[in-house]
Amino acid sequence: MDLFQIDFGSQAGKKVLGIDLGTTNSLVAFMDLTGPVVIPDAAGRNMVPSIVSLSDDGHSYIVGDEARARLITRPGHSVYSVKRLMGRGAADIADEVKLFPFKIAEGSESVLRLRMGDRTLTPPEVSAQVLRRLKANAEAYLGEPVSQAVITVPAYFNDAQRQATKDAGRIAGLEVLRLVNEPTAASLAYGLDKRHEGVIAVYDLGGGTFDISILRLHEGIFEVLATNGDTHLGGDDIDNRLLAIAIEDASSEWGRDISSIGEAVQTFRQAVIRAKEALSFTPEASIEVSYGGKTYQRSLTRDHLEALIKDIVDRTLAPCRQALRDSGLGPDQIDEVVLVGGSTRIPLVRQAVRNLFKSEPHTDLNPDEVVALGAAVQAAILSGEVQDQLLLDVTPLSLGIETMGGVVTKLIHRNSTIPASASEVFTTSVDGQKHVLIHVLQGERELVKDCRSLARFDLKDIDPLPAGMTRIEVRFLIDANGILAVSARDVRTGKEQSVEVKPSYGLTDEQVDAMVKESFEKAEEDFRARQVREARVEADTILSAVEKAKANDAWLALAGEERGAVDLAVNHLLAVYHSGDHRLILDHIAKLDQATVRLAETMMNSAVQDALKGTKI
Amino acid sequence: MSHSKEEHHCWNCGEHSPSQRAARSLFCQFCNTLQAPSPDYYRFFSLPKTLAIDDEALQQTFYQMSRLLHPDRYGRRPERERTYSLEATAILNDGYRVLKDPVRRAEYVLRENGFQVGEQRSNEVPAELLEEVFELNMMLDELKAGDGGVIAQLEEARGRFLAMLDSIDTELDDEFRSHDAASGDDARMASLTAIRGILHRRRYIRNLVDEVDRQLTSRNA
Repeated sequence: MDLFQIDFGSQAGKKVLGIDLGTTNSLVAFMDLTGPVVIPDAAGRNMVPSIVSLSDDGHSYIVGDEARARLITRPGHSVYSVKRLMGRGAADIADEVKLFPFKIAEGSESVLRLRMGDRTLTPPEVSAQVLRRLKANAEAYLGEPVSQAVITVPAYFNDAQRQATKDAGRIAGLEVLRLVNEPTAASLAYGLDKRHEGVIAVYDLGGGTFDISILRLHEGIFEVLATNGDTHLGGDDIDNRLLAIAIEDASSEWGRDISSIGEAVQTFRQAVIRAKEALSFTPEASIEVSYGGKTYQRSLTRDHLEALIKDIVDRTLAPCRQALRDSGLGPDQIDEVVLVGGSTRIPLVRQAVRNLFKSEPHTDLNPDEVVALGAAVQAAILSGEVQDQLLLDVTPLSLGIETMGGVVTKLIHRNSTIPASASEVFTTSVDGQKHVLIHVLQGERELVKDCRSLARFDLKDIDPLPAGMTRIEVRFLIDANGILAVSARDVRTGKEQSVEVKPSYGLTDEQVDAMVKESFEKAEEDFRARQVREARVEADTILSAVEKAKANDAWLALAGEERGAVDLAVNHLLAVYHSGDHRLILDHIAKLDQATVRLAETMMNSAVQDALKGTKI
Repeated sequence: MSHSKEEHHCWNCGEHSPSQRAARSLFCQFCNTLQAPSPDYYRFFSLPKTLAIDDEALQQTFYQMSRLLHPDRYGRRPERERTYSLEATAILNDGYRVLKDPVRRAEYVLRENGFQVGEQRSNEVPAELLEEVFELNMMLDELKAGDGGVIAQLEEARGRFLAMLDSIDTELDDEFRSHDAASGDDARMASLTAIRGILHRRRYIRNLVDEVDRQLTSRNA
């Protein structure tokens, strides 16, 4: 049992990454000696666009800026905004598919799959490509392998969406130590350098999701009081609105319906996004498109844009009011408001926030980077580097079970601090009953049909007894990631009861394992090559140290056979140096290390004696 | 969980602590390793079993214990300790949610003492409210039938019920104190019975106010 200590020692010092896996852009950060820092790619870019494209030969994936152009040239091979599909079923996304060029593969009834060229990928697999790119950027920058990360998710993500994000991490070869809610992560980055006390509201409007969180900051504790949001509200909705207008306009001007031409739609999409972004800084911008030998040009004023998007911005207000009510606070009790997410650059959004909270929102942190920076802080908390901060987050949605008449009985209410638990005792209703099926749901509504089905838990192998004799206590535990675990125990015997989980959406553990394996077949080659490289670097270090030591008097002070043993070990190490087997190299490094113990001691002793004599070493 | 055992052996170092001390500490006094938590909220927070609680002190304890127990603090610890940390923090959070709210706190103590507390009972109209409730239901029926003339009366009734809730909370506070001061089990049980009655009335009125709110907003909408 004391081996535990050794195990935990070997983990110490390893870097844990903080990752913001966004709808539009993703970032990776880590905790430097000076504080959290965003890690750029080789070209110095901090943001990796969350775009994935299958290469033309079908053998590799292109990720980020390099994939952006392929949205236009290879729309059938490329996917963006995949975060919108995480943890969702085919029926949920019928509306989504109309607006995005997602191509849903055949047989997606149980698990959603996207078509990319001749391959089909689940949303977690697509996200894993983005994560893998971030991981590679971080390893290149830090010069060491990284295997652990904290990944952020929208606070309002449900269990299935969280699980899908965790799966993506696993497929990318990352151990996900924690999922952190994006607004909470932002508050960590925000509170870190300011040492704030009091109540803050974090308003996070990103590319695809909206979150509002209200937190109390007290002596390094970040306690979330309430959170609310909409996982399908963001800059994408504004883009889609502008896009629909421009496409219709251009179609009538050119006398040709272009709405179903992937290439044309993507060209227009990028043009309206440019205009939208420009209008945050200038009162007027123009939408300019050249496609198929034709040009389209329209000017758009900020006033006009605001009239077009006002209802979208207003949709963020109801969640804000609900969060305030749940926290038991009025707008005047909010000390500060922090803005997060690229869409908060829009002046109309800032105006709406100002009106609601009656205070000037903070904009001093880069809204694109603050979430990744906060994730790095949380990573440092988990690795023990940061000890004076602690996040106490909540579950965004109530958890309940289906009871008689299709009604949901709530067991854990929304905004409960997590980890949180609840227990419920179930009995059998028929003589000899061997199964009890429990349907778990998430949501605020009364009826099963209005809540989100999470999973069905099958209590199996119940001792067949007369009805009502068996009592099974089921414990629902929401962990610090906001993910549910269920355990059950027979009250009479105290025996642990087996539970089979049937997730309503998303992948089973076996499916994720298969994907992890598949993705590792390629990654493993790279990994082995890297291990060999690292072993050789280590061999170089020790060989040159031994070479230097031979010039020391201590070398001659050794017995002849001791010198012989060192030479032999050196030769053995040189013999395996080019073998390509890192274990063999490491073995011989260890042996050489062993052979030189006496040499090192002698050198150390003579150095100490020299020092005692007062001579300069 | 082995909280009921008289002697407590540390799962990590095997040393055993005398039961009274072990009950008070979540950590082994020898190797400082986190132990399996006790699910008794009062014991968990090291509080005497009183119904009146100092909110401020409770919050301070909650923050302090969060710093000690939260899973974020056990990222690099052995699997078993990580599990205990998760379990202990769930109990801490569940307990804080119950103890910081006077109504949930009282219900918790009632249940611990063998009282039935639940929603079912709240359908019985408390005798002293019979007349008032009868009138209110008439008004609600009229509103549903489309008579907007009763709105002012309904709002007046709503105000009356809210005032009742305020005085019930004061009553509850007083009864908490007499429970805490009670000497002997009989006096304590009598006090708990009184508290159960107050809670029942409170829940009933709360539901009435919610119902009035629902009817008024659905009419406005």
